[in-house]
Amino acid sequence: MSVHEPTRDAGTSGVRLVCAPARPADILLRDVHALDPRTGLDGRRDVLVRDGVITQIADPGTIATPPGSETVEGEGRHLFAAFVDPHVHLRTPGQEHKEDLETGTRSAAAGGYCAVIAMPNTSPTIDSAPILGALLDAAAREARVPVGFMPAITRGLQGTELTDMAELRKLGAAGFTDDGRPVTDAGVLRRALQYQRLCGGVLALHEEDPALSGKGAMHEGVVSAMLGVAGIPSVSESTLIARDCALAGYENARIHIQHLSARESVEAIAAAKSRGVAVTCEASPHHLTMTDEDVRTLDTRRKMNPPLRAEEDRQALIEGLRDGTIDCIATDHAPHARDEKEVPFEQAPMGTTGLETAFSAVYTDLVLPGDLSLELVVEKLTAGLGLLDLFVPSVAVGEAANLVLVDLDAEWVVGESGYESRSENSCFAGRTLRGRVLLTVAAGAVAYRERSTLLTQVGAGDGPARVTSSEGQSLR
Amino acid sequence: MRHLLSIDDITRDDMERILDRAAAFEEVSDRDIKKVPALRGRTVLNLFYEASTRTRSSFELAAKRLSADVVNFSAGGSSVEKGESLKDTVLTLTAHSPDAIVVRTPYAGAAALVAGWTPAAIVNAGDGKHEHPTQALLDAYTLRTKLGSLEGRNIWIVGDVAHSRVARSNILAFRKMGADVTVCGPPTLIPRGIEALGCAVRYDLADLREADVVYALRMQHERMDQNFVPSLREYAANYQINGRRLGPHQILMHPGPVNRGVELSGEVVDSPQAVITMQVKAGVVVRMAVLFEVLAGSASDVRQRPSRPTEPQLA
Repeated sequence: MSVHEPTRDAGTSGVRLVCAPARPADILLRDVHALDPRTGLDGRRDVLVRDGVITQIADPGTIATPPGSETVEGEGRHLFAAFVDPHVHLRTPGQEHKEDLETGTRSAAAGGYCAVIAMPNTSPTIDSAPILGALLDAAAREARVPVGFMPAITRGLQGTELTDMAELRKLGAAGFTDDGRPVTDAGVLRRALQYQRLCGGVLALHEEDPALSGKGAMHEGVVSAMLGVAGIPSVSESTLIARDCALAGYENARIHIQHLSARESVEAIAAAKSRGVAVTCEASPHHLTMTDEDVRTLDTRRKMNPPLRAEEDRQALIEGLRDGTIDCIATDHAPHARDEKEVPFEQAPMGTTGLETAFSAVYTDLVLPGDLSLELVVEKLTAGLGLLDLFVPSVAVGEAANLVLVDLDAEWVVGESGYESRSENSCFAGRTLRGRVLLTVAAGAVAYRERSTLLTQVGAGDGPARVTSSEGQSLR
Repeated sequence: MRHLLSIDDITRDDMERILDRAAAFEEVSDRDIKKVPALRGRTVLNLFYEASTRTRSSFELAAKRLSADVVNFSAGGSSVEKGESLKDTVLTLTAHSPDAIVVRTPYAGAAALVAGWTPAAIVNAGDGKHEHPTQALLDAYTLRTKLGSLEGRNIWIVGDVAHSRVARSNILAFRKMGADVTVCGPPTLIPRGIEALGCAVRYDLADLREADVVYALRMQHERMDQNFVPSLREYAANYQINGRRLGPHQILMHPGPVNRGVELSGEVVDSPQAVITMQVKAGVVVRMAVLFEVLAGSASDVRQRPSRPTEPQLA
């Protein structure tokens, strides 16, 4: 991928990933531990970014700071390809009190993300060309990291009439989804799968059988029985996944299953993949690190859909990442205003924020204890947009700079110094996590700097001096 | 004890202390002037988001017999209907400085939430399908009066366990008091995982005779629409406690209001085994003890009556 123009086509097939114009970065990342599992890069390096492009990767201490470049001392810090998220809710249009394109992408940058895909369950629904067009225009003014949009499969997410998928696709749709709801009617989904032959675009599916979920508000199991809260059984998810994999196989279509939560679902995906169905899937940091035991206190920040499930489900998801059944980690970042969440559990809306905690939560709870390798986690956090035939960020010469610098030893308390997101409904609030994002470069421009870390020096020379700030998190 | 939010988070000692104090309050209810000044000058607010006659009036009577001032606030016809959130309602009512708020809502965990929003002591009078701790305490009190002790007793809870906060609180309370608990009902109305509360599960009444106590739950008509059971007739045929099924030495309990001819036949409601009105009577003294506990504090040295084991008074 080349350096992004402000509003540019970033992927293949006309998908548009859009962000506001920003000055291309000129940075020397000195003596970082660079890690890119896909290229085998794993060791101390100097990494030079010129005009937003990675131009040189060399042994530590061997690259001199070019005139006008900023130098970041990276000793003891890790540099990865920045993360990508195929599943976030930016709440625009219509629910800007929860999040907007600016705050949502700022939150993404703070979590080390260089690109995100926004879901269409907004108000109004993103289901027509004018709405999608307006959002792409808005993103070109407001977004700090490139944003793509997935319009709805069905008008108004009603599950009955298909959207004008070909037109939306021409305008730059990143795929299609009714996220938040399943496409319950198998006949409607089948038509969408058939129509994919014309317009392309992966169909990302939220899988849940409404008849089985009923009024459930948490995982159906021991904890729901004790709390007297109606449960959402695991089979509500896995049965619809099995059905939709069968449909996709029959129509030779390409589907992506969102936010896997249950062991049975992992089994259903594995079975479909072994039959050759073109299906990929994602799991979220919260489903990988928490269970329904964490819902005992009825903390509404831990109410999400699909719900936090049992330990055996969590273990199945971890195993699914290891054996490749699960293709990527996606946050399902779902901001809600404080007063919307300050209600009894059964009344509260579903969702947790996730962008700012994704890496740290997975690193703390899965990498440090030895459940997953750091390489695998980085691979799964950078894979999501490749599944949509967009791009896979890489630490390699000639690539646009999509980089995240992380201090793996830094500890921080979630929420202690606030959030970049407009909302604060993090299921990890109050937890002490290890691993802090210090710097994010997205599409060739600096998108985030950690507030408290003064890690830059202005390079000698006659170029424009870069500002070193103790508070600016996004100097552009 | 600062609040009474659930049976789950109190100990057997807490329960025994409350029941002992309830026994001490029995005498007040038998006086000509049924009032003691224990909570004089205190304000008790009844905040009810669900229709309730007996629980609310029981709390009201309990507070009044302890000389507390009582304010009733029910959701119907109030700001709640105008869209005010639970939190805002609680903050507004807190401005009146109540000493205790008795709260009932259709939502699990709501009483605990309220406790975080106000300095008042909170008594949970039912939070969704989660818990109804004062019902469990009054049931334990009734059984202690009838049996002396619950230790080693076999109690069957029969009916719609899935939608019953009474069932959850009672399973926990009876277990804490040393009883063995079996829940029995249609498989559609027994929640998956309920065994975790420490009870056995049965789906028919074949072994009902092993019970010392049969606790029938109210069968709500709206469950019919949701296909939990095919019909009330079918339900009654399989789960109704009637003269044929109830043994002469078994105690029959019900949280009320009874659907005669559904979960209970008329004959057993009127039988000497039934202690349903005793439960209602126990409700007042137990709630007096609970209000006293959270307002006058467990710290105050209350005369501990040794609970006198009495011979089981079986019908």
